[in-house]
Amino acid sequence: MNLILVFEQLLNGVQFGVMLFLMAAGLTLVFGIMNLVNLAHGSLYMVGAYLTVAAVQWTGSYPLGVLLGLLGTLVVGMLVEVVALRTLYERDHLDQVLATFGLILFFNELIAIVWGRAALYTSLPSYLQGFIEIIPGSIYPVYRALVIGVGLLVGAVLWYVVAKTRLGMLIRAGASNRTMVAALGVNIRLLYTVVFGFGAALAGLAGLMAGPIYAVQPGMGELILIQVFVVIVIGGIGSIRGALVGALIVGMVDTLGRAFLKPLLGHVISPPAADAAGPALASILIYLLMALVLAARPEGLFPAKSG
Amino acid sequence: MRTPARILAAVFAAASLLIAPLAAAQQKIKIGFITTLTGPAGIIGKHMKDSVELALDHLGNKMGGVPVEVIFGDDQFKPDVGVQVAEEMLKKHQVDIVSGVIWSNVMLAVVPVVTGAGKVMVGTNAGASPLAGKLCHPQFFSTSWNNDQTPEAMGKFLQDQGVNDIYVMAPNYQAGKDMVAGFKRYYKGRIVEEVFTTMGQQDYQAEITQLRARSPKAAFVFYPGGMGVQFVRQYFQAGLRDRIPLYSVFTVDETTLPALKEAALGQYEAKFWSPDLEVPASKRYVADFRKKYGYTPAFYGAQSYDGMMLIDSAVRINKGSLADTKAVVAALRKADYDSIRGPFKWNVNQFPIQDFFLLRAEKGGPDGVQMKIQKKVFDDHKDSYYQDCKMAW
Amino acid sequence: MRARTLILAACVLLLAAMPALATLLGQPFYIDLLRRVMIFAIAAASLNLILGYGGLVSFGHAAYLGVGGYAVGILAFYGVHNGWLQWAVAIVASALVALAIGAVSVRTRGIHFIMITLAFTQMLYYLGVSVEEFGGDDGMRLKAKSRFSGLIDLDDPVAFYYLVLVLLLAVIYLVHRLVNSRFGMVLRAAKSNEARSRAIGFSPYPYQLTAFVISGALCGLAGALLANHTAYITPAFMEWTRSGEIMFMVILGGMGTVPGPALGAFALLIVEDLLAGWTQHWQIVLGPLLVLSVLFFRRGLAGLLPGGGRNG
Repeated sequence: MNLILVFEQLLNGVQFGVMLFLMAAGLTLVFGIMNLVNLAHGSLYMVGAYLTVAAVQWTGSYPLGVLLGLLGTLVVGMLVEVVALRTLYERDHLDQVLATFGLILFFNELIAIVWGRAALYTSLPSYLQGFIEIIPGSIYPVYRALVIGVGLLVGAVLWYVVAKTRLGMLIRAGASNRTMVAALGVNIRLLYTVVFGFGAALAGLAGLMAGPIYAVQPGMGELILIQVFVVIVIGGIGSIRGALVGALIVGMVDTLGRAFLKPLLGHVISPPAADAAGPALASILIYLLMALVLAARPEGLFPAKSG
Repeated sequence: MRTPARILAAVFAAASLLIAPLAAAQQKIKIGFITTLTGPAGIIGKHMKDSVELALDHLGNKMGGVPVEVIFGDDQFKPDVGVQVAEEMLKKHQVDIVSGVIWSNVMLAVVPVVTGAGKVMVGTNAGASPLAGKLCHPQFFSTSWNNDQTPEAMGKFLQDQGVNDIYVMAPNYQAGKDMVAGFKRYYKGRIVEEVFTTMGQQDYQAEITQLRARSPKAAFVFYPGGMGVQFVRQYFQAGLRDRIPLYSVFTVDETTLPALKEAALGQYEAKFWSPDLEVPASKRYVADFRKKYGYTPAFYGAQSYDGMMLIDSAVRINKGSLADTKAVVAALRKADYDSIRGPFKWNVNQFPIQDFFLLRAEKGGPDGVQMKIQKKVFDDHKDSYYQDCKMAW
Repeated sequence: MRARTLILAACVLLLAAMPALATLLGQPFYIDLLRRVMIFAIAAASLNLILGYGGLVSFGHAAYLGVGGYAVGILAFYGVHNGWLQWAVAIVASALVALAIGAVSVRTRGIHFIMITLAFTQMLYYLGVSVEEFGGDDGMRLKAKSRFSGLIDLDDPVAFYYLVLVLLLAVIYLVHRLVNSRFGMVLRAAKSNEARSRAIGFSPYPYQLTAFVISGALCGLAGALLANHTAYITPAFMEWTRSGEIMFMVILGGMGTVPGPALGAFALLIVEDLLAGWTQHWQIVLGPLLVLSVLFFRRGLAGLLPGGGRNG
């Protein structure tokens, strides 16, 4: 195993982690502030991917398509919040689970009716198809480097908004004590809709970035949903910082596990056994990680609520 | 709101119970077709359903002069739902024969239900090896293949080409392991690495990086459905397409080509059939399919179309009835129909003996990219399990 | 209260009369359909014990369907067809697995408990998929149904139906008694206010763990039944989406109520079957139905019964 390979895999891990972060950030905000378990977050991811693909085809321009796709997802998110989710805030988590599961079924089928069940064709504009040499001897796809860049940028923007702006202050206050914030006269309803829209836009961004590399098909959100939940549990609910750290850790552990676990195991136990155990272990690695983190710190790494 | 709702529900339930027997007993052939219509794999079900309906069109909605009705069921990719659907077809709709089924695990669960009810099953996709071997049954026929045959063909091709240092990848589940085992049955060269990835995995960047670092001469993969779209696209985006040729089975076909387009160019596949196969029945099927539905059918559809034509031949021989199971079996064994693969021969386990080809994704065709046959790899190939089948006929 | 009991009794009678009715109408398929629904109702009832009454949201309950199913399947694979033994092993194995998972999970709360139980089920699922000996994810056939030394023949669909019905009623009754016992009181107290129950001197942990184990064991029984019903066992029994389905049955039916899980199972599976027969796009109808049912049936379907959805 040479160093260049290890470096490349680290980069892959970061990139996967960044995608998870975008999804996790939206989900953890919504869960932390509005105390809403939103299983349909994956559906917003799917909507983002589909709307962007359609917009790119319609306008013929990738940047314009991306913008339209993002705006579209924001609108869809806020619509869903106003129509279906408003009444669920006071309800039991489980009722939220059932209702948002109903939304998943609805969106999956709606997309299937409009666009069909087959995976959509997506492609990158030619200027994003190349490679860059980050360190000599290692080539990395431009698009994936862009994903890392965008993700970290979004992380920085989120940090700025949450830490340095009034909106961010309301968000943090809402995450630690919702009733107090409402009692202090803040328009909680508007805040919730805005936060949900934010979350939806983030999911949509993750979706549209995933579009060119993953399969865009009905149900694509559910495939990534479990991993996102693992991330926010590890990171701590309601915490953007937790989402970023959790996502990067999960991304790295999963990627490095898939890449190096079998060869490493092969040094410890016999190669045929490693052949069988390696892949099986790699699939459950993130769950083991989560169990470990929860055993050590049950609230996650950076819980938003204190005490 | 409370009591009326419950009354309504009870009435609804009772009504649906009573409506069913109204499907009156006129002379009719009823075929139960089980496939997956919902979920990500629904596209495969669509190819199959559209093909079955085209077959009915070609037959004038009659088999042997008798009107025919196909009842479609959705197994939702779950064996227990598949069993429920099969039971529903047999007991509620009282179908004469059952067909379809995409997945091996659903097939293995459904076949005993059908044969146990004294009916015949014509499988049109899943080719689980036990069914070709120890569990073969006179009442089970397949118009597709045994799961291992396709990778065996690819293995033979690469073995004949004398290619060494092959990197093998597949998802870590039974079918994935079967594909690799089938490949190795005929390929005796050097395998650099065998990598099994998680089922449903979306991002293969890590594995592709590993692959590139090992510099194999070629790669052999099996990634069905969405996994295939992702893997092939990422392989292409990593720039490996020109450097390390990619040979696959069940990865690039007409269900995934529309999503891949140019990302699939240059991909090699092995298969018993391709839309460009020079067989009159096949050309008619493909041409009419394109005309009716506006897209190119995949092999799942071709097999299902064949299944309907095969059943039709049995109905014709039996003068418009499928009631006598023994007679149905005898008629099906004659296979007196024009198959999309050309002259049709049964193996003793009631799986086809057929040719296999090497295909390549090339520019052209109505969709921009199409699979084209390059050469024949197997002539009249038999699967590797028929010797475990103790049927004699 | 009496109207409620009458309605529920009528439902049970209707279920008991189903096989005769179905045969009369020439629709024997409904015996199989309802039997499958009842098996899932047993699973839902077992989950209700810890979810509805205990407040422990186990997202990994399908694991016990798998453990129970595979216990029967693996024993049959090695030629052991004695139903008493198979089902005993199914129940005990599920109890042990629940003990192992519960010992770790019950210490956590809320979303963390959900995720940990989910994680364990995923691990079991991937284990099932990787083990080739028993078919991996192709699954394995059940060579012969469980045999009960001539007492009952599971190959007879009607006899099997009645067995499942009796077991369903027994499980519901068992849960009902458990919940109304001293043990159940502590469990429910811990759900509604843990701090206070600790203050009175009860540590909820042993009670919750015991409930978790019982719940798992009962679901293992459902798994054994499902294996016999389908005559086929696959790791798909343990998919997290399957756990979700069982959870939805409990939530839809009304958490923490006696008839809830059964109502939920019936509603969800029968509506699914009806809709699927009507259109391939049935999910677009079912989805909003679920949303509406949550918005309007505040206490689940059991809340529609006279007497409301109060515990009992």
